[in-house]
Amino acid sequence: MNDNGAIWSFTLHLALLSLVAVGGVNTIVPELHRQVVEVRGALTDQQFADLFAIGQAAPGPNVLFVTLIGWQLAGFTGALLTAAALCVPTCTITFFVTRVWDRFKDAPWRRATEAGVIPVTIGFVAASAFLIARAADQNIAAFAVTGATAAIALWGRINPLWGLGGAAVLGVAGLV
Amino acid sequence: MTDSDAIRRSTERKVPSLSELFLGFLTVAMSGFGGVLPWARHVFVERRGWLDEREFAEALSLCQFLPGPNIVNMGVIIGSRFHGAAGAISAVAGLVGAPLLIFMACGALYGRYGDLALLRGALAGLAAGAAGLLVAMAIKMSLPVIRERNLAPLVFAFAGFVAVGLLRLPLYWVVLVLAPLSIGWAWWRFK
Repeated sequence: MNDNGAIWSFTLHLALLSLVAVGGVNTIVPELHRQVVEVRGALTDQQFADLFAIGQAAPGPNVLFVTLIGWQLAGFTGALLTAAALCVPTCTITFFVTRVWDRFKDAPWRRATEAGVIPVTIGFVAASAFLIARAADQNIAAFAVTGATAAIALWGRINPLWGLGGAAVLGVAGLV
Repeated sequence: MTDSDAIRRSTERKVPSLSELFLGFLTVAMSGFGGVLPWARHVFVERRGWLDEREFAEALSLCQFLPGPNIVNMGVIIGSRFHGAAGAISAVAGLVGAPLLIFMACGALYGRYGDLALLRGALAGLAAGAAGLLVAMAIKMSLPVIRERNLAPLVFAFAGFVAVGLLRLPLYWVVLVLAPLSIGWAWWRFK
């Protein structure tokens, strides 16, 4: 694989993608998966799920999991480029929008946009869940772990990270 | 905002320096295992008093509306409110800088030891768990929409899921088609 070409085109793609990631970066997981696993074949399905999982477990904003993809593609440079692609365009937009936003507080188009974006976001997050589950849940035990972690996050009174930690322990014990 | 409001706020609110912004966002980034936003509220509103509840809620709704990582947008909004571009850069540097080094270390370890049985096991468990967190997130986001008892938003959500998750269509096209429809519907309903 031509590393240079791959990382630059991925960086450009990510920069564009970050601009449609309305409602958080979990919405672009399906597109990242499509690009990296299906179109480029740079990672396997399982590697993608691994990196996503590391991103959830490591300290720091979860979105930085894309820098792990960058790292796999082109090491240190790859991680830096993907971090920049993720932050620079959207930060620039946010910087300018935040100055004028209050002016439109009661504008009907603003309410309609906020309300209209939500269902689309939900569909994309559900697609992310489906794709990661499909890659990770290769047996009944893994499927049960997914269900249990979801239940803890939904109804548990403890930090959902305990669910994630428990899942890792079960995995080390060879049960997943 | 009235004058008395402005005075009250300026006396109550502490104005962080650039290095305080950097350290504040660094603290949030490093303590926010598995999701940073709840920590952001705790640190900035309750502990440091940089914003009040309402200001935080407004900043959050703007972050969620704008494209890109919510917490990074939050850094830009809070940082630039106090110190313009320099403030925004300090906040984002704190938020992304140190975690980026940790992520690089994780990436290197994964590249070298990703095939070890022990790590494979842990990752298999973690990935299954991470999928569960996403499932929970999708359900949590859906509940308020389901309670509204309107069919249209559910149809848009389902269409997004099918197009991106099952048909694997490129996200841009799906956004370009679905978002205007969904926003148009919301516009028509609010009118």
